[in-house]
Amino acid sequence: MSPLQTFLTLDFPALAAGVLAAVSCALVGCFLVLRRMSLMGDAISHAALPGLVLAFLLAGAASPIPMLLGAVAVGVLTTVLTETIHRWGRVEPGASMGVVFTVLFAIGVLLLEQAAGRNVHLDADCVLYGQMEDVAWINAPASLADLFTPAAWEFFPREVATLALALTLTLGLIALLFKELRLASFDPALATTQGFNADLLRYVLMTLTAVVAVASFEAVGSILVVGMLVVPAMIAHLLVNRLAPMLAVAAAVAAAAGAIGYAAGAFAPRWLPVDSSLSAAGMIGVALGVMLALAALFAPTHGLLSRRARQLALAVAVRREDLLADLHRAAEQRDPRPALRSHGLVGALAERSLLRRREAARTPHGPLALTPLGAERAARVVRAHRLWEAVLVDDLGLRPDHVHRAAERLEHLAASDPDAALGPRAADIRRDPHGKPIPAAPHGAQP
Amino acid sequence: MSPAPAIPHWTHQFLKALTLQAGLNTTTVLLGVAALGLAAGVVGTFTLLRRRALLSDALSHAGLPGVCAAFLIATALGYNARSLPLLLLGAAVFGALAVLAVHALTRVPRWKEDAAIGAALSVFFAFGVVLLSRIQTLDTGNVAGIQAFIFGQAAAISRADALAMAALAVAVVALAALAFKELRLACFDAPFAAVLGLRPAVADALILAAALLVTVLGLQAVGVVLIVALLIIPAAAARFWTERLPAMLAIAGLGGAVSAYTGAALSAAAPGLPTGPLIVCACGVWFAASLAFAPSRGLVARLRRRAAVARVIQRQNLLRTLLELAAERPDHAARHADLARARGWSDAATQRALAHARRAGEIRRTPDDAWTLTDLGAARAARIAHARNLWTLYLITHADVAPSHVDTSAEEVEHLLGPDLVAQLESALPPNAPARPA
Repeated sequence: MSPLQTFLTLDFPALAAGVLAAVSCALVGCFLVLRRMSLMGDAISHAALPGLVLAFLLAGAASPIPMLLGAVAVGVLTTVLTETIHRWGRVEPGASMGVVFTVLFAIGVLLLEQAAGRNVHLDADCVLYGQMEDVAWINAPASLADLFTPAAWEFFPREVATLALALTLTLGLIALLFKELRLASFDPALATTQGFNADLLRYVLMTLTAVVAVASFEAVGSILVVGMLVVPAMIAHLLVNRLAPMLAVAAAVAAAAGAIGYAAGAFAPRWLPVDSSLSAAGMIGVALGVMLALAALFAPTHGLLSRRARQLALAVAVRREDLLADLHRAAEQRDPRPALRSHGLVGALAERSLLRRREAARTPHGPLALTPLGAERAARVVRAHRLWEAVLVDDLGLRPDHVHRAAERLEHLAASDPDAALGPRAADIRRDPHGKPIPAAPHGAQP
Repeated sequence: MSPAPAIPHWTHQFLKALTLQAGLNTTTVLLGVAALGLAAGVVGTFTLLRRRALLSDALSHAGLPGVCAAFLIATALGYNARSLPLLLLGAAVFGALAVLAVHALTRVPRWKEDAAIGAALSVFFAFGVVLLSRIQTLDTGNVAGIQAFIFGQAAAISRADALAMAALAVAVVALAALAFKELRLACFDAPFAAVLGLRPAVADALILAAALLVTVLGLQAVGVVLIVALLIIPAAAARFWTERLPAMLAIAGLGGAVSAYTGAALSAAAPGLPTGPLIVCACGVWFAASLAFAPSRGLVARLRRRAAVARVIQRQNLLRTLLELAAERPDHAARHADLARARGWSDAATQRALAHARRAGEIRRTPDDAWTLTDLGAARAARIAHARNLWTLYLITHADVAPSHVDTSAEEVEHLLGPDLVAQLESALPPNAPARPA
């Protein structure tokens, strides 16, 4: 066997199945996540089991059309049952979903056990973990030229073909109904008033979910389908703000997870201290989990660590101005060893920032001293502080001993420059309520 | 465990198991599983009311990596990898991790709880699948033991496990009884509970811990995939039967116990089938029965109430129409066809309405096959017409509805105006309003 043939026979079908399944699920999942119907995806992927088993039993073998019909029936049935129980039984939506999908899944498992003797293609293991590794391209072409002979395609793996069909269908429907789906995802009420039938769109979405769930089912099993539906969409939602890029990012994330997961599973003996390959479907799920965690921590705007970093940067900037003010007051009182607010991590970083910006320098005998540049900026901070104190006392009638804290915050806000707020009056205020002099307005800060 | 029966004896075997005559072991297991169902029903009631029903789904799916990780670690360290407490400890640790993961994911902006639950359950399960594929290659012959945790195998339950389930049931019932006031307040009015200093977060943690224990002990009987059903279905079914928490707890506990017991008995009779799905199907039957037949919230009861209201409205419409027809043509007694035409009813509908009204003594048949109001009927018809006139006038006078538009509303509202509302309308309208009928 040539290396190409080995690849096409063994690796390509599983890899293609993983990637195609992940991408089709991710596209549909975007709409589920946006409409807060993620768990409906969970419900449908579980409920798909009885539909699939019945389709297998009725058709006698795995063939795409009965499976597709089974999927449509399952999607509609799950949705209708959940809503019936929710509306007519007044059971809360989450619980009614829980009732429907667990019972349908249980029925599916029992049907499966009954059918196990008759059908070799479907068993309980496949339901849970899929059988990605078992997908093979028998008689795969031995060379690139053979790709163009019909004989090479005779045994093209059915699972891959089904998944390609599902992806095409998904892409087609999204392209066709993009405007409607977008409106219904972000504002169902507006969609209804605009004359789009939001209920009908929901059924379309549920049916599409069932189609991709059923098609992916054989490759990765019913529970991992949930992750492929939800996780890429969650990651994309965190990274971009518009629907079309969100779909693209989700598809890219899913494709990457599919490829990485398959590789990690198949080549595990090379990379991990194990002696045999691991479940590729499981690895796709794990890869998605890792990506989800990374996105949660490092997504540029919304990631938890990114937000922490921005908060820290802001805290350091504020503390730097505090240090400038401290140094200014020390110079005023000719205090050679001033108490600076340089404690803690934020303080240390602020001090470094001060030195790096050449706003202060170390004097030969230790303490910091303002440079001319720093002195000007420090004067601006202290001026803002004392002017605010004056305004708070004179205009708002606060007591002089109550205004320091408010001024301590206002002095850092670039948007609340007291010189701009007071106009020409600012020049007449010479002393703050405590009798301290207000530094002159530096150049460029004049109103 | 009873020996595997031949298929024809299936029913017989099931009845034997159901009546606790299938041997001491089976009996112990059945009672243990019933205790588990009881505990799940009680805990599930609280998770349902706290709207945490599907959080336990993430929690239970994490049981698979938990069991597998415990197995692998135990094997690597040379301990007995079949030790059940060790495996269940692993499941408990991972279950708690899954709950924490959901909590952490919901703290990220834009990520909602539903997506977080879906992500956590599938990622944890995927990790479990990877670990399981590792165990399958270890060749220690214990894979079957692990796989029993996925869909449950009641046959794997020992006497000690059954006792643990019974102890759990006792503990859960004791918790519900001792902390009843706090748990109830946390379920129905968490902010108020916080104001009273009862700390709903502590109640939540207790509920989740109890759910974790139920999940872990239920892994053997029901399996990681379906144990969540035992936490959701009996509680949701109990909600149909009562409006009060103590009764709901009792019904959920009982429903859970009976469903689990029946499912396990079925499984004892048919050892080829996994126990979990059988228990869940038993739960499903109980849920469907509750949905259909519960006395006041059930579908049948609600449809009957609806039909009764529709009948009353139909009868009232009939009476008023008879009154109007008599006013239009005092010399002509209304016949069946006149009524059907005036109301736009089908013959059958008219027939039904006439039969109801006659049984109520409101109308009688004249010798020439026409219908006329009795004194009782005339009085009621006058009252309805009065209410309708008042409402029409009220809409025109106070709600500025055009006179041509008031009929539809009046048609619907006239049936709902009780004596109090009629009195209020009378006092709210100008003195030339229609006089009250005698």
